[in-house]
Amino acid sequence: MSAPTVERPADRDVSSEARGRAPAPSRGGSLTAYAMVAPNLLLIVVFLLVPLVWALVMSFQAKRSFGPGRWTGLDNLTRLVGDDVFWRALLNTGIFTVATVPLSVGLGLALALLMDRALPGRGVFRTIVYLPIAVSTLVTSLVGLLLFDETVGIVNGLLRDAGIGPVSWQTDGRLAMVTVVLMTLWTRVGFGMLVYLAALQDVDGEVMEAAEVDGAGPLARVRHIVVPWLRPTTFFLVVINLIWSFQVFDVVYVMTNGGPGYDTTMLVTYAYDEGFGAARNFGYGATVGLVLFVLTLAVTLVQVRLNRKVEES
Amino acid sequence: MSRPMRFVVCVLVCAVFVFPLVAMLVVAFTPRELIFDGGAGLWPDRWTTANFTGLAETFPVWRWFGNALVVATLTTLLAVAVNLAAGYALAKLRFRGRGLVFIVVLSTLMVPTQAIMMPQFELVARMGLIGFFWAVILPSASTALGVFLARQFFLSIPVELVEAARIDGCNHWTAFLRVVLPLAKPLVAVMSLLAFMTQWNDFLWPLITLRDPDLYTLPVAMSYLQGQFDADYGGLMAMALVSCVPLLVVFVVLQRYFVAGFARSGIR
Repeated sequence: MSAPTVERPADRDVSSEARGRAPAPSRGGSLTAYAMVAPNLLLIVVFLLVPLVWALVMSFQAKRSFGPGRWTGLDNLTRLVGDDVFWRALLNTGIFTVATVPLSVGLGLALALLMDRALPGRGVFRTIVYLPIAVSTLVTSLVGLLLFDETVGIVNGLLRDAGIGPVSWQTDGRLAMVTVVLMTLWTRVGFGMLVYLAALQDVDGEVMEAAEVDGAGPLARVRHIVVPWLRPTTFFLVVINLIWSFQVFDVVYVMTNGGPGYDTTMLVTYAYDEGFGAARNFGYGATVGLVLFVLTLAVTLVQVRLNRKVEES
Repeated sequence: MSRPMRFVVCVLVCAVFVFPLVAMLVVAFTPRELIFDGGAGLWPDRWTTANFTGLAETFPVWRWFGNALVVATLTTLLAVAVNLAAGYALAKLRFRGRGLVFIVVLSTLMVPTQAIMMPQFELVARMGLIGFFWAVILPSASTALGVFLARQFFLSIPVELVEAARIDGCNHWTAFLRVVLPLAKPLVAVMSLLAFMTQWNDFLWPLITLRDPDLYTLPVAMSYLQGQFDADYGGLMAMALVSCVPLLVVFVVLQRYFVAGFARSGIR
């Protein structure tokens, strides 16, 4: 791959970081620096930190839409704990996550290994698997509807030609979840493959050859050299896919709208329905949203801890 | 696996991956009565462009297209400017609180906007931004990934270069703008592509803030059409096709920049 110059060998970064110190800071120098980071910090504070604090405040209030908030202590939290739909949404988000994360990462790795070495048409194959990355989730979801529509959809049409069906992709809750997972995988596997392929560029060719000379078969080489080498990449992909799965909204909103019943309702679709649906219950919607924040925070903190451990060992 | 075997597997995998796109393409050119009668298929008896013309006659498609272009372009310009500047300061300038600033930027990764959408919406409304594109643009300009990419790139540029420029009479700004920035074209390309694509495809936040159909971006417009069309997949797929083809073309043409950008986001 002829990479643009943003790709630098990692070891350069370290040495240049040491050299990266600017000359002793003049007064004008640090003023310039503050001016350069200020717009970014301002945007973060106004559009992220202030709403985050406000969300915490709202979660202790009874508040409809933009109306004034009335302090109600832990009422929202109490309702949350006893709310079957919330637990259903949490469970569904868990199921969706367990289904999408391993498959996105695993299939990404399998396809990367498949398309890493020389092969006629390799560039075309790679491009085809990458393409869904550039397709918006909205288009993906609409195409998902077209494929899995029970009456006029393409998949049931093909199955009918084969004498099977019709399959109730939309009225059976479990199958509805399957369709949402499938369309999500379509957009994510290519990303996994892309990141893995980039990491595979750096696997030491000599080590691989030495292992081959020593009689290690292809599977043994993958298991003992490639997979350990790719561990940081795998770790990154697992974390980012976890966060994406927690946040799932678009595909569900368009393809199933949380249904049938609450069979595909997720955390974010539930928070959206509460906050922006008929109830316009900002207090409770914000409380559900904070659960997502806590989940994301937990995953990131675990990541930081593990990263530190890896660096120390 | 032998080479012919791998080739066959690749063909099968690609058939699966390209299948949804082919379905979209075919149905966009399928007459609607065929779909209502016998369902959508991969090879209709007749082809038509009526789905596209009907769409453009009934809905302000071009306006939505223009909105998407304006929103994505403005976001990209702003995002590149603020993230580039912050990344440069974090990599090449020394100032009190540098470590803290970097931590604040990275910690934004932990706050999904989906978790704070209600207060965010009320805040943007109280600032008087609803009904304008700024409601969509401003909250999405600063990104941890953008700052991170910029910082990594500038770290790899030798500090001697900046020093030499300073000795030649540049101040910090002119050193950045005239000496360092011209070297950063690939970085700017990657950052622009990622910012543009993210904003072009974003759905939930524009859905919340853009209340007027005249202001819709393409994903929000598609969600709106879904309600209007019911099961008229011909019209829906025509719209889907129109909205994703420009980005697909850009993606294929500039693929190596995308790959570099995503790969860099993955390898830390």
